[in-house]
Amino acid sequence: MANENTISKTPAQESTQAEHTRAGFYYRPNVDIIEHPDELVLLADVPGARPDGIEVNFEDGTLTLHAKVAPRHEEVEFLVREYGVGDFWRTFRVAETVDAGKISAEYADGVLALHLPKAEAAKPRKIAIQA
Amino acid sequence: MVLRSWRPTNPLTQLRREMDRLLSGWVPDGLEWPWSGMLRSQPAVNVWETPESIHVELEVPGLKSDQLDISVVGNQLSIKIERSGPAEENVTYHRRERPVGSFLRVVQLPAEVDANRVEAELQHGVLTIKLPKAEAAKPRKIQVTSAS
Repeated sequence: MANENTISKTPAQESTQAEHTRAGFYYRPNVDIIEHPDELVLLADVPGARPDGIEVNFEDGTLTLHAKVAPRHEEVEFLVREYGVGDFWRTFRVAETVDAGKISAEYADGVLALHLPKAEAAKPRKIAIQA
Repeated sequence: MVLRSWRPTNPLTQLRREMDRLLSGWVPDGLEWPWSGMLRSQPAVNVWETPESIHVELEVPGLKSDQLDISVVGNQLSIKIERSGPAEENVTYHRRERPVGSFLRVVQLPAEVDANRVEAELQHGVLTIKLPKAEAAKPRKIQVTSAS
């Protein structure tokens, strides 16, 4: 999938245990997860979502991402319809090495960026060698 | 002479609607036949039409307006996208699903458009292009006069 050079949407596969306030289909956002020495950065494509419609939850080592996307054109007759519009939903297992209290998020242009700082104990440490 | 009303009773439209209704329970929207499979290396588009204009929409998360090149030649709309990835060194990628590179999509427009009045808007990673139809392509209501 990653090497195919496509821009496409994938349906969410994880079972959605949480209760839904709106019936409908969920899409699975494409993400990049990048590890830096002191943090993990998660970039998620959630086009069409508004900043106030994005929920990020962290509970019991599970990070849940839910971006509400309002229907944009319900009344129109499509000539071409290659993608659907709906909420994005995806969960991740997060290792204990992340300092959950310091997770932060920012949103711009349809991309959600989550910063997951590593816990002190998990940061790489250079050990000085005594001669 | 064959007279066919355009929207409500077009059998194909009706069949399509019926199938949509039947399948809407389990076929995800994004996998609609047959478009998504055919066009794997191009960004997906939605196109719809109103009496005055044609609308083209694309999802382009993370894109800035200077990474976009939109042009209209005749009845062809070309959209070129340059999507750069985070060019960082000394990092490890655990997932790399977000597509990067340049993408070109050419859309054949179903009617002549007024290229000077094309508007494009980028909001929350969704690009909407509005192409007003040329005067000649707009539907015209013909007034029927009756001689009394």
